[in-house]
Amino acid sequence: MKPLSGDRPGHPAATALILLLLAALVALPFVLPGARAMGTGGRIAIFVVLAASYDILLGYTGIVSFAHTVFFAIGAYAVAIPLARGWGGWESILLGTLAGAVCAATLSAAIALLSLRVRAIFFSMVTLAAASLAQLLASQMRDVTGGEDGITFALPPALTPAFRLLAEPLFGTRVDGRMLTYYLILAVALILFLAMLRIVNSPFGRVLQAIRENAFRAEALGYRVVTYRALASGLAGGFAALAGSLFALQLRYVGPDSVLSFDIMVDILLMVVIGGMGTLFGPALGAALIVMCHTYLQLALQSMPQTVRDLPLIGPLVGPLLAPDRWLLWLGVLFVAIVYAFPAGIVGTLRQRRRA
Amino acid sequence: MKPPSWSPVLIVPLLALAALPAMAGATWITLTVAGVTMGVMLFLMASGLTLVFGLMDVLNFAHGAFVTLGAFVAVSVMGALAGQAEAASWGANLAALGAAAAAAAAACGAVGWVFERVIVRRVYGSHLRQILITVGGLIIAQQLILAGWGAAPLHVGKPLMLRGSISLAGAAIETYRLAALAVGLVLFALMLGVLNRTRVGLLVRAGVENREMVEALGFRIRRLFVGVFVAGAALAGVGGAMWAVYQETVTVAIGAEMTILVFIVVIIGGLGSVGGCFAGAILVGLAANYVGFLAPRLALGTNIALMVAILLWRPRGLLPVSKS
Repeated sequence: MKPLSGDRPGHPAATALILLLLAALVALPFVLPGARAMGTGGRIAIFVVLAASYDILLGYTGIVSFAHTVFFAIGAYAVAIPLARGWGGWESILLGTLAGAVCAATLSAAIALLSLRVRAIFFSMVTLAAASLAQLLASQMRDVTGGEDGITFALPPALTPAFRLLAEPLFGTRVDGRMLTYYLILAVALILFLAMLRIVNSPFGRVLQAIRENAFRAEALGYRVVTYRALASGLAGGFAALAGSLFALQLRYVGPDSVLSFDIMVDILLMVVIGGMGTLFGPALGAALIVMCHTYLQLALQSMPQTVRDLPLIGPLVGPLLAPDRWLLWLGVLFVAIVYAFPAGIVGTLRQRRRA
Repeated sequence: MKPPSWSPVLIVPLLALAALPAMAGATWITLTVAGVTMGVMLFLMASGLTLVFGLMDVLNFAHGAFVTLGAFVAVSVMGALAGQAEAASWGANLAALGAAAAAAAAACGAVGWVFERVIVRRVYGSHLRQILITVGGLIIAQQLILAGWGAAPLHVGKPLMLRGSISLAGAAIETYRLAALAVGLVLFALMLGVLNRTRVGLLVRAGVENREMVEALGFRIRRLFVGVFVAGAALAGVGGAMWAVYQETVTVAIGAEMTILVFIVVIIGGLGSVGGCFAGAILVGLAANYVGFLAPRLALGTNIALMVAILLWRPRGLLPVSKS
């Protein structure tokens, strides 16, 4: 078995974008030093993993889950809770990450088995209910999760901003613990992404795609559809939890709003659909796009010239729609337009062009 | 084909009876009335969703947006009719509430019609795309409501005469609940009447059971479907309006909160079944009130536990629609 899948983005433009994203993420701390840029970069890397893990479900298996944030949160809390109780150190991070991934994978598979037994469409509704339950639990169980306030915790010394790896700056930038954390997150995210790419290109991944295309036929060929869907769900949950653990390391804080809110679920959906379902590379690009939109679409709407708002008649009508807080409206419109016109998303559409 | 058996619905009175020994009689009456009222409002919100699914196999994740819209329209109308709502007269109070509910129904029906044309119509047949596109529609609808009404929670007072509570066999029952119960039951009866006694209702029921056959007989299910979609949206709007006035506070999250309950109701009842939807709604309302009183700590998991239990017992819901 080859360790790499040999799967390619499938179009020169998509390849260029992926390489550009990777290069930008690698060079980021040296090009744009500062906590803010590294925060955005780390967030992109983490959401690449999260969106790709969701793509295993949505794009490769064809089932829609609304509980993906739950598994993301399990991974985050699994790292945060031991660290906050002072069981510090690398082994507690490692054990917490592993425990979180195993828990999330088991729970995810269990939810899938329960609901997919009936109909694939039940899965969507049941996961929506499960997500709301998890939100309530996280905010109610104050002793464990810190309630609405969340948990703040300290990382091992090597990952704190005060730590200096090199006495001298490298290319004019200090090599400190924050940069180490960033590169740790980036490296793990890259490995996880390649691992997922490997999985979806395995015979197992083929069966998932067969189920997506025609579940009845796949069953007739001898594959237990429910088992495969539950396995895919477990895998996706496990990878989401790993992304959550990385997120906890990056933020040094975990709270219901930052890992469990429905806004994050909507973000994941946007990333996967806009980037291109069932391509893994698409969700990676989508993740970068949406994370940047969070910052820059808001800025763009802010800088909308006042003259537009002052126009007679349409001004008062359009003004509230162009308010900086309404950026999600325009992403929603883009989302609907893409589901209509380019259901394959950015990468999928590029691939179709290539083949045509 | 065997006629659907109604026996699973007996679980609703059984649950009510099972709760009786656990509490005082007066408390039980209060909680039961509260539960049934909540169930009736839930039914209003859920009925459209289940019929739309039964008829066209369309699952609308944006159904909650109609609930939100209905709530906000009702709050605006109640605000405009504050004079009537504050007057110490039953006629003026009920007129204000009725106007709010009617405005909510009209607005949601109109938006539902546009929503069906623009969003839902193009994705028949593919559940995946339906879910995605209606979630997109939900985002847009929520943002438009935010743009229109702002993000701050809105307050609305109950009409003056509906504020207190009356005493029945020693149990205190809020007057507003009785009004909501009456509205819900009247609409439920109306709906059953239309479905069971009219030609349109016959076609809807036949369409739920076997769409192709009804189409082969020359009826335009599509046109029927638009009607059902609009009616379902309007009912969800009325449910949202009643719920908003009951809660006295409205935020844009109301639709999302209710969507989860509505889905649980629809799953428990059996997708596509109106009778099952009603039974499921009452069941959820009763369970929420009993558990909220007996074991408040368990309250938040009640609905999910109830759904899991029902699914394990009857995987297709209480009264599944027999699809051929």
